[in-house]
Amino acid sequence: MSGAVLVITEHLNKRFTDATFELLALARTLAGDAGVEAALVGSGVAGMAGELGAADRVVVIDAPHLEVFDPDGHAAAFAAVVAGREPRIVLVPYTSTGMDVGSHIAARAGLPLVSYCRSIDASDGLSATCQLYAGKIEADVSVDGDRAVFSVLSGAAPAADGRLEGSPEVVEAGVGAASRTRFTGLAEPEGGDVDITAQDVLVVVGRGIESEANIEDVVKLAELLGGAVAASRPIVDQGWLPKSRQVGKSGLTVKPKVYLALGVSGAPEHVEGMRDSSTIIAVNTDPQAPIFGVAHHGWVGDLFDLLPELTDRLEG
Amino acid sequence: MTRKVNPKVAPDHVLELDHAVIDEMDISGHWNRMFEQRVIFDYDVAQLDRVTALDGGESMGWCYQCAQCIPVCPVDHVGSYGPRKIYRNLQLGQDLFTDDDLWLCTTCANCLRVCPKEVDMLQIMPAVRKAAVLAGDVPADLQDVFEKTARYGNPLGKNAKRRAEWTKGLDVEVPLISEVGRKVDVLWWVSDYPAYHPRGIDASRALARVLHHLGVDFAILGAEERHDGDSMLRAGEAGLFEMLAEHNIEVLNSYEFDVLLTTDPHAYNAFLHEYPQRGGTYNVVHYTKFLEQRLDDLGMTETIDRTITFHDPCYLGRHNGEYDAPRTLIGALPGSEFVEMWRNRENGYCCGGGGGGMWLDGLAADNQSMRLSEKRVMEAVETGADTLCVVCPYEVSRFEDAVKSTNNDGKLEVLDIAELLETALGLSNGQRG
Amino acid sequence: MDIAVILRTVPDPVEELELNDDETDLDRDYLGFVLNEFDDHALEEALLLKEAGGGSVTAYAIGTTDEVEQILYTAVAKGADAAVKLGDDVGALDAHAQAEVLAAALGERSHELILCGVQASDEIDGQVAMLLSAKLDLPHVSVVVGVEPAGDGLSVTKEYWGGITATYDVSLPAVLGVQAAQQAPRYVAVSRIRQAQEAGALSEAPFVPPTGSSGITITAMRIPESGTGAEMISGDEEAAADRIVELLQAAGMGGGA
Repeated sequence: MSGAVLVITEHLNKRFTDATFELLALARTLAGDAGVEAALVGSGVAGMAGELGAADRVVVIDAPHLEVFDPDGHAAAFAAVVAGREPRIVLVPYTSTGMDVGSHIAARAGLPLVSYCRSIDASDGLSATCQLYAGKIEADVSVDGDRAVFSVLSGAAPAADGRLEGSPEVVEAGVGAASRTRFTGLAEPEGGDVDITAQDVLVVVGRGIESEANIEDVVKLAELLGGAVAASRPIVDQGWLPKSRQVGKSGLTVKPKVYLALGVSGAPEHVEGMRDSSTIIAVNTDPQAPIFGVAHHGWVGDLFDLLPELTDRLEG
Repeated sequence: MTRKVNPKVAPDHVLELDHAVIDEMDISGHWNRMFEQRVIFDYDVAQLDRVTALDGGESMGWCYQCAQCIPVCPVDHVGSYGPRKIYRNLQLGQDLFTDDDLWLCTTCANCLRVCPKEVDMLQIMPAVRKAAVLAGDVPADLQDVFEKTARYGNPLGKNAKRRAEWTKGLDVEVPLISEVGRKVDVLWWVSDYPAYHPRGIDASRALARVLHHLGVDFAILGAEERHDGDSMLRAGEAGLFEMLAEHNIEVLNSYEFDVLLTTDPHAYNAFLHEYPQRGGTYNVVHYTKFLEQRLDDLGMTETIDRTITFHDPCYLGRHNGEYDAPRTLIGALPGSEFVEMWRNRENGYCCGGGGGGMWLDGLAADNQSMRLSEKRVMEAVETGADTLCVVCPYEVSRFEDAVKSTNNDGKLEVLDIAELLETALGLSNGQRG
Repeated sequence: MDIAVILRTVPDPVEELELNDDETDLDRDYLGFVLNEFDDHALEEALLLKEAGGGSVTAYAIGTTDEVEQILYTAVAKGADAAVKLGDDVGALDAHAQAEVLAAALGERSHELILCGVQASDEIDGQVAMLLSAKLDLPHVSVVVGVEPAGDGLSVTKEYWGGITATYDVSLPAVLGVQAAQQAPRYVAVSRIRQAQEAGALSEAPFVPPTGSSGITITAMRIPESGTGAEMISGDEEAAADRIVELLQAAGMGGGA
């Protein structure tokens, strides 16, 4: 094996995602002499290699059918890169694209896969610390052998540390196999009435709100604060609020001055969308709710008891 | 402003008979429906037939539109409802099985009380709801409650293992019958809200102190107890009811006790009317009756300086005929004054919690001008009372919310009779719970 | 379309989780298990596809917990044509082991489409949906929020970040990791579930104990300290409201309407 750390990169509309740079930053802390390699799959993408200066080498698979991310095609292409380069460590982002690729690479290469990683230790064999059960449990994991694929949660390393200028060596790795899936179109979400990424204050509801009717009181509170209501995924899945209000992995990333989370459990998929908010206040009846791990202030209690008290004080 | 009730008919001039046989003809009200084809058959009766074809839905067809039910229907006071109107809508082609109207009835039984034809909404609505539930047509809020009750044994979705947590740190002992290991005089069926809801817990702790004061030999089931199921049955989830009853009966039958004591009129109703035919026959007593029977032993010493009005719970009063015991207890509170609301006893106005209503406030909001509990609280405030006394665990949270939402915060306090007794006996530590 | 749905039970997220004595796993004695919510969505999507275009739905579950039979009966009550339980009381299996067992069972049958929840809360060694597709060498798309027949195959909608979605034509047979069905999972009356139970609507299939290994070991588990670094406000809702208003004012908000 090459001993390198290989980063699976992802891009959309010719822009690399933040996750890519986070993984490059993480890779640099783990790499030994064999250095950092970045796998880049797409069409006409060789020119983007310069942005991956944090890597020592960029391994490219370039083919027209891989222009937009395509689950089967990209998974096969990345697996081919891993097979060809034989890295010690593969870092895959915990994102929608990562989920099509990570387990496939591991299965094809016969490598162990560790999911939901917050941190990795490559100094003495391979081990990692992971979040399980929607963030309620932290687990230490050790790998049998000295090679593995890691699916890494957002925030494991600062993206800024991965945005380095440079001229990594570009290695062409072929055109990839034919794909059994075919991209047919991209849809941006309907613009909602409110852009939650532009708000100073967000009052966010999770499952604890219990019913659509209860959201009305929260809207009132948000209005009093000059902010807007946002939601975690289950609320949007139920149709109680539009997609434009969703915070998290498959929603939007927000950084308001105040993030007031009511009845939000704080699963990693949600937290990754709001981690950088300036003041995070969380309310939940479950003292084990993972949201308290990221909040600056927390209260274990019933949001239905709190709401009228807050509203009264802000009105009065 | 007090409401003056001026009855047009002096009650003692009315003779009410269950049965009347005149000249050898039984005119009790059952059969004298029609001798000619009624006008309804000029309409397409297909929707009406779908209801009357159901087991329990037959009496819907007996309505002859006298409208006695409408002024006593609590939902009509804040919307447009009542058996007569449902009958009319069916006549005009409403599909009751998929309409919101199916879910607004709280099964309060006031209509049945006055109906000369015994159109029985307590049978009809659960029957139609049962069919709707089987078809999967359930309001989302209620679906969530069904799922929680099936999984956790209580409609609040709380951890079943924590059902006796309310007893921790209490200054009196509340034994678990599984640990007592012998027959007890009284098995206290605590119910869900009194075990899990903060205000229910206040009342439970108060009752525990009162029972202790009386030297009653009692125990509770704790985590073995599950929701009694009565409200699920009225809301159409017959299968869920069977599942809960099966479990509860098995548990109850494995212990020995003389009296099954409960604070919950809905559980009381289930134990009296639904459990016996399923193998569970118990000497069930409502705590108001139990305490009334021991009134002389109570020995209340502290003055309760309150003006108290009382809300008759539908499932204790109209459904099961108990109106006096709570009044006797309130009357015995030293220093307090009792005032009746104008709709009292048999004509009590429902709080909106029965028949699944406890979990259908969202739907009610779409169809009513206000909640029934809000209407009732306004009535309580009108009497000039500062305290509304309740004896059903569904009520305290409904009425407290309503006190706030009708802007009567500070004017009316909602308390369980157990809390009042606890204070009168000098047992409370001043703070709630 | 002949559809297979994979159902799994996971620890109930509502419960407080406790660890076993040597803190390498959850204390499973008192744990309650529920249907993995993403698998519930996979089942709903399968039933919707069947209702729209005909075919059959078969639910599969590995007998890892006591609750597995109940979720299979529920699937039948909701409209699945058949339910298959693989093994009995086999204990907890990691994702690799589950994929091996499922691949052995499904490999014998010829389902055109396999739907599975996109993830489950205990999949530390990878996603079952993805591992299964690799074992069966079938195309796979994860984070699926819509499935429609398209020609001989399917048009599948996949969700990215920021609400962006993309559609893909997928040839059959295929495995899809479902994030959300096109409508919320339907309700089914308890009586129907009991009916399914009484009718014994479950078939058992032989369980081939998995031999592969995930290649990883959990050496320790812990409950993250709640609010490490967070100020936990004590007191009742009035105290909490007072403190929160203080914080809001300090942040320059909450000065009033």
